[in-house]
Amino acid sequence: MHLSILKAVARQASSVSTTLLGLLALTFFMGRMLPIDPVLSIVGDQADQSTYDMVHRQLGLDKPLYVQFFLYIRSMLSGDFGNALFTGHRVADDLMKVFPATVELATFAIIIGVGIGVPLGIVAAVYRGSVIDHFARVVGLLGYSSPAFWLGLMGLILFYATLGWVGGPGRLDVGFMDSVGTHTGFTTIDALWEGDMEVFWNAVSHLVLPGSILGYGSMAYISRMTRSFMLEQMAQEYIVAARVKGLSGWAVIRRHAFRNILVQLVTVIALAYAFLLEGAVLTETVFAWPGFGHYLVAGLLAGDMNAVLACVLIVGIIFVGLNLITDLLYRLLDPRTR
Amino acid sequence: MMNASFRLWLTADVTTTPWQARLQRAYFGWRRLCGNRLTMLGLAVLLFLVMVAALAPLIAPEGYDAQSLADRLAAPSAAHWFGTDDLGRDVLARMVYGTRVTLMIACLVAVIAAPLGLLVGTAAGYFGGWVDTVLMRINDVFLSFPGLILALGFVAALGPGIRNSVIAIALTAWPPIARLARAETLTLRNADYIAAVRIQGGSALRIILHHVVPMCLPSVVVRITLAMAGIIITAAGLGFLGLGAQPPMPEWGSMLSSGRAHLSGAWWISAVPGIAIVMTSLAFNLLGDGLRDVLDPRSDS
Amino acid sequence: MTAQLVVEDLRVRFHTARRVVEAVRGVSFTVGREKVGIVGESGSGKSMTGRAILRLSPPQARVTAKTLQFQEIDLLASTERQMLKVRGRRISMIMQDPKFALDPVMRVGHQIAEAIPADRRGSRAQDRERVLAMLDSVHIRDPKRVFELYPHEVSGGMGQRIMIAMMLMPEPSLLIADEPTSALDVTVRMRVLAILDELAAQRDLGLIFISHDLNLVASFCDRVLIMYAGRIVEECKASELAHAQHPYTRGLLASLPRVGDTRARLPVLTRDPAWLSS
Repeated sequence: MHLSILKAVARQASSVSTTLLGLLALTFFMGRMLPIDPVLSIVGDQADQSTYDMVHRQLGLDKPLYVQFFLYIRSMLSGDFGNALFTGHRVADDLMKVFPATVELATFAIIIGVGIGVPLGIVAAVYRGSVIDHFARVVGLLGYSSPAFWLGLMGLILFYATLGWVGGPGRLDVGFMDSVGTHTGFTTIDALWEGDMEVFWNAVSHLVLPGSILGYGSMAYISRMTRSFMLEQMAQEYIVAARVKGLSGWAVIRRHAFRNILVQLVTVIALAYAFLLEGAVLTETVFAWPGFGHYLVAGLLAGDMNAVLACVLIVGIIFVGLNLITDLLYRLLDPRTR
Repeated sequence: MMNASFRLWLTADVTTTPWQARLQRAYFGWRRLCGNRLTMLGLAVLLFLVMVAALAPLIAPEGYDAQSLADRLAAPSAAHWFGTDDLGRDVLARMVYGTRVTLMIACLVAVIAAPLGLLVGTAAGYFGGWVDTVLMRINDVFLSFPGLILALGFVAALGPGIRNSVIAIALTAWPPIARLARAETLTLRNADYIAAVRIQGGSALRIILHHVVPMCLPSVVVRITLAMAGIIITAAGLGFLGLGAQPPMPEWGSMLSSGRAHLSGAWWISAVPGIAIVMTSLAFNLLGDGLRDVLDPRSDS
Repeated sequence: MTAQLVVEDLRVRFHTARRVVEAVRGVSFTVGREKVGIVGESGSGKSMTGRAILRLSPPQARVTAKTLQFQEIDLLASTERQMLKVRGRRISMIMQDPKFALDPVMRVGHQIAEAIPADRRGSRAQDRERVLAMLDSVHIRDPKRVFELYPHEVSGGMGQRIMIAMMLMPEPSLLIADEPTSALDVTVRMRVLAILDELAAQRDLGLIFISHDLNLVASFCDRVLIMYAGRIVEECKASELAHAQHPYTRGLLASLPRVGDTRARLPVLTRDPAWLSS
């Protein structure tokens, strides 16, 4: 069994590396599509010819295209994403700083998405055609059709400005900033680490709104897929066989149908997590949440191609990585694939 | 309403010409579509939006850029149904012209992405071998990015503006279509009737265009309709960041963004475009779901 | 022989958008501690009859009957809770294809153990012993190894024996066999039937054997019921099948090839629409 898993991993790894190579090619190509001259953006249009030539050579632009691509790959693989002109730091360092904020948001969102989405999907499938099913469908449809950044704005108006139930933009109130050290990068966990409950609850109040809005989107997707998977299983013969044995309806769902959808559900959840990266981009902008999405947008608006391309590349790598993990999980969880 | 003999011809049990058979199928499919009330709602909303876009000069004769700084940030009233924005422009007028922009973006993306996806997918599926491998690797690369992020990357490279955002979004929309078309082509490739056409000397292009593509069309149509919902939101997202239609052209996403500074005071500037986006996206979702039940019932429940 | 199961005027209807479809149209029969075969083609309603007895018809189906009685239990009037005590413990059912009727992600041993009614459960070790004993009684040679297998790892014949073990675990007194050998190779078929025969005799079971194979049913069962279009058109002892009255049965019998047959052509059954309304 182990050899076959190793062989499968090797096959996956080779196809994944070609995809990664393609990713790198795409971002490299995007970087070269610029309507702006990258040399000019560094030296300004007042520079003389010799400065221009020097920077031109420094950026490697005088070398043939394939050599440039090779150098590009080499620097990407070594984690050198260049410097972010708008922050002045190395892009790699910037990314390390902003990622935890997004992961905190995404994790909160996925907990909501799974915690509400899966039970909702199961109930919608079991009571197909009932009020709950229709309600789940409507809620789900609205989730797909609403832009998260608009929900964010409306949420801020209602829950923050009008009702004052939640914290506003940013991860903490201005007064609390820098009052806890950075241990994990997750403000909530850092506050707990230092035992500072006041900061903890403040962090939570800021996390709730953006996290719930992102979670709503995940929930819509996860509940719909769960319902679909459950309906597929419930039509199978082994479900009838389980009932013949004298098991009650819910016991059958719990012990048989649900266990059969677990593998597909894992794939769906991984995909949902990846989509959260997309949702985070604009949500973080609306909530001034200093995460990855915010960084990407800031870099974009500042015209900083290094930052933007690095972000795009990272997202691609994460996606590919998640796909790989779900494939492996599939193999581990489903006895039929061994 | 329908001529009696025409109706008989349309519902006859035995058809005599291929055209009659096709029309019958379309007619029964249409009947089933009509039976689905939610789908009809979606279709009605979309038709309403098309009408609004077409009749924009009649509904808002003053245009979308009539500034009146004395009236800025006015709440919704009889004179201004949706209030005015920070430059005193009538929000309703801007919404109405914005409908044109949104629908145009949606149509252009569909018109670019669907044929591109069909071509790549059917070619990959039909020819197989290294053509398939290369095309699918490229496809995988594009699929490895969530739509918005890839679109942002392209817009960063190409520069802001409506034309570039349409191209950027289209580049993110074609991969799922190609994948779908390829899957359909693979199931058809070994069909006997395809072999028959090949024996008769049909070229690969002819087979793909006349025989394979028509079979892929139903599921592609469903997919593109459902994708529209996301495309509208992505376009609005780009507009929100100021990367789509440039001012003063009205676009729902950018209108949303301009309302950010006045959230607590003039909330309607942001609220109204958002509601429109939700409505349009929902309409496409409902229509797509209904189309799927009629055209492609084996996928999903 | 006292009847365990009494069925009178059983009807199973499906209400679709356009009209009402009657899958079972007024079926009446009794089953004692004997082997009764129900033979019919696809669509004759035989499987629906079997499922209706266990109240496991599809959710859109409506089941009515004048009498649907098993021993002292009125099956029609029972609530779902009451049926939970009937299924498995009093009446059980083995299904056609073990590939689909066994949970693909659960080991077969655990699936059989699941059939032990809650009040008869012991410790895990005790339950395991009982399962192994049951696997032994269906002549599975290496019960310990088979216990740990997954359904996709067993052959058709073994899968069916596992299903028999699973469904007889709760010790019912009536067993419904819904096309149990239709998915098996011919050689395997005989062995599985032999096991079924042995167990039915050992445990004094009533058996309802549903099939489309007239020969098989005639050789295996004591009594035969022929179903056509939702009705029972013939009922007789298996030994007297050759003297059947109804034209449908006679047509079926005539179209079966026989060893030593002198006929050049097998007659094709012609259906009389009158049979639909007998």
